[in-house]
Amino acid sequence: MTDAKPVLRLENIVKTFPGVRALDGVSFSVMPGEVHALMGENGAGKSTLMKVLGGIHQPDGGTIFMGDDAVVMSGPLEAKAKGIVFIHQELSLAEELSVAENIYLGELPTKSLGRVDWTRLADQTNAILQKLNVGFDANTRVGDLSIANQQMVEIARALTVDAKAVIFDEPTASLTDSEKVVLFDVIADLQATNVGIIYISHRMEEIFKITDRITVLRDGQYQGTVETADSTEESVTQMMIGRTLDLSRNASHHALGEVALEVRGLSCSKHYQDVSFEVRRGEVVGFYGLVGAGRTEIAETLFGLRDPSAGQILLDGEEVRINSPADAIARGISLVPEDRKGQGLVLGMNCRDNMTLPQIDTLKAGPFVAQGAEMEIFDKYHKQLDIRTPGWKQQVGNLSGGNQQKIVIGKWLSMHPKVLIVDEPTRGIDVGSKSEIHKLLRALAAQGYAVMVISSEMPEVLHVSDRIVAMYSGRVMRTFTSEDVTEDNLIQAISGMTSEQVA
Amino acid sequence: MKPGTVSTALKSGAIWGFIILELIFFSVAGEFLSLSDKAFMDWDNMLLLLKQSAPIGIIAMGMTIVMVNGNIDLSVGATFAIAAIVLLDSMTWPIFAGLGDWVIPVAWLLALVVGTLLGALNGLIVWKTGVDAFIVTLGAMLGYRGIVFMFNGEQPTSHLNWTLVDFAEAEFLGLATASWFLLAATFVIWFVMAKTVHGRNAYAIGDNREAAVNAGIRVGPHMMINFAIIGFLAALSAVVFYSESGSVNPNDGQLYELWVITAVVLGGTKITGGAGNVIGTFGGVIAIQLLRKGLGHIGADTSTVNLVIGLILVAVLVLDRQLNMKGKEELKV
Ligand SMILES: Nc1ncnc2c1ncn2[C@@H]1O[C@H](COP(=O)(O)OP(=O)(O)OP(=O)(O)O)[C@@H](O)[C@H]1O
Ligand SMILES: [Mg+2]
Repeated sequence: MTDAKPVLRLENIVKTFPGVRALDGVSFSVMPGEVHALMGENGAGKSTLMKVLGGIHQPDGGTIFMGDDAVVMSGPLEAKAKGIVFIHQELSLAEELSVAENIYLGELPTKSLGRVDWTRLADQTNAILQKLNVGFDANTRVGDLSIANQQMVEIARALTVDAKAVIFDEPTASLTDSEKVVLFDVIADLQATNVGIIYISHRMEEIFKITDRITVLRDGQYQGTVETADSTEESVTQMMIGRTLDLSRNASHHALGEVALEVRGLSCSKHYQDVSFEVRRGEVVGFYGLVGAGRTEIAETLFGLRDPSAGQILLDGEEVRINSPADAIARGISLVPEDRKGQGLVLGMNCRDNMTLPQIDTLKAGPFVAQGAEMEIFDKYHKQLDIRTPGWKQQVGNLSGGNQQKIVIGKWLSMHPKVLIVDEPTRGIDVGSKSEIHKLLRALAAQGYAVMVISSEMPEVLHVSDRIVAMYSGRVMRTFTSEDVTEDNLIQAISGMTSEQVA
Repeated sequence: MKPGTVSTALKSGAIWGFIILELIFFSVAGEFLSLSDKAFMDWDNMLLLLKQSAPIGIIAMGMTIVMVNGNIDLSVGATFAIAAIVLLDSMTWPIFAGLGDWVIPVAWLLALVVGTLLGALNGLIVWKTGVDAFIVTLGAMLGYRGIVFMFNGEQPTSHLNWTLVDFAEAEFLGLATASWFLLAATFVIWFVMAKTVHGRNAYAIGDNREAAVNAGIRVGPHMMINFAIIGFLAALSAVVFYSESGSVNPNDGQLYELWVITAVVLGGTKITGGAGNVIGTFGGVIAIQLLRKGLGHIGADTSTVNLVIGLILVAVLVLDRQLNMKGKEELKV
């Protein structure tokens, strides 16, 4: 590897957006056959750097070299033609079109008269899908796929062209463990054919498992590049945020209060059946399971988005019917949804207005919206959650992925809910903010909130929960307390094995 | 069965079911209410209906691709009028005097080129300024109509060329010239949208523009081509219609944009883009024409016709929403 030339080299890249210096003289190179991690906090400039490389943004300064030649990426088409494949952080798919059309978007195979060559398209696509070992075919409509499978469609694009470099921007954010294995196989295959790979992720265990080198950005500035083998999680974190983190469990053992929320025998047609659990004031209950175990659907039911087909919901011991989100909010239930783009944010609205949206009715001064009260709320959570934005006026759509997630969390925290449900709260969030959010969830519990955390990350549920409800295929398999839970018995529970089978 | 299958099937079939309902209703109601004693479902009557559908129908094919693309064109009625004037007036220009009947293809060509250019101009503005197509073509609708009035004031522009009239009134295999043009336009746009890369890209752009940009599709030029296509078809519609009538009033083509959009939406094209097809649009065109004719047949006046079509349009959109929700499984919004 040492004698080879980099496939790609970026030198002194500068990019400014109004009010933000997103990249400030960043240099970076990728060797053939190398997996190069790009790390940094939310808003550090990782996606921006990749968008410069992918021709989506034009840099204000700096040069891109491929081999020995300086190149200009005038647009996505040109970047693609030069062999750069970009798997985007946010899904970038046309839902009404088929899997095949999405994978080959922009370069559908043709025959005479500009006609699409459907047979060739389907054959090529199915060959790729086979490699990826997925359970859908070329003609499936993308909108009918789960988020994880949509992500696999994005990944499939990497295999379509003769790539020189492939950029994966947080590809695993919504993948299950088995899909991750497939992804890592794909990466290994690409590596074997001397493709350079740029891998962005906030998940340390992945970084240490598959990457060769790590480059760290902080606030748009280059912090350095290290060999993965010579580094530790602590040293990388130190580079990213300038300090080390105390990752020990915040087992603040405060007394638990009354039962705030109880669910008895709740069912929702085919999504989940006969689910019972309770959440006390002051308690964090984690919900762990595979994607599709029915956890999100339970949250949606409690938030009034789905009607249960059987069972009871009790708030403070009283049976309630929750007909709509407005109902849920009025009763003190808040949901931080899984899909922040679709359900949590108005992307074209500014940061402050997004944050105060659910309570705008109560923030009135006469017929007008009370700007002062709005600013107060924004300032508070801006600080508390360390949201990186040039100001409240910034459109949420322009924030980095992780900072968008923080806006959603701030929005619901500001409602002071009785029961706070968070669905995948730290998806796409950097290690520093992640531990901040974990602390925050614990602190909220200590203040007497009842907190439900749905997460597919085992370290996360283990870290924040007082109790863990393990689900498999729509059923509660077992409820653990923080004393009796271990990684092993948790894995067994969520893969559907009962204790008898194990024994 | 995959989720959404029912709603898709219902939607693609619904317009034809609706047409059958209309036919039955007007046939039965006609028995009791009609002023004439001719049956509604008469073959000649149906052929006439197809012919009368042509002016709106030809433009609707272009509107389908523009709307699937995520845009809209409100200026088609005005483009229609301009093309009509170019067609009729150019046949009287002294420079073409020596051409004899060869003036006809020249005039046709001129009108079609003008329509295409006007459409392309809309597209160019949408592309280069990034302003919403709704606003751009609203401006164009007013502007192009202004040009129509500047040309001849309130006066109609007339010119009858009998060779041309003969051609327009001719029938081939039992179908009128205008009907053939409608069928041809439907076929060509169907081919483009269902079979070609350009057509598939139109869907992709309307569905998720960012994804299309990221995939390297040149969205601006692509949209301009579609605006040029609809401009061409608006002119074609005018050319076919005025070859026969020979006289254009400055108000002609007004409200065409609304009829066209209604037909396209009835035919199942998503208003936000990304989904729809010309076969559905063809059904939408026929359904509207049937309604106009049928209501006339049982003695309703124009205002009633407009009221009924308005109600049906809203009902269709409500139904469509309901069906789409079912597809997403009981998740409430
Ligand atoms: N189109 C834009 N307009 C204005 N500001 C932008 C735009 N795109 C990105 N930014 C800003 O540039 C900075 C870097 O954002 P970027 O998306 O590169 O971060 P990131 O490192 O990918 O973070 P994350 O881990 O959260 O995905 C952020 O402050 C962001 O708000
Ligand atoms: Mg990013």
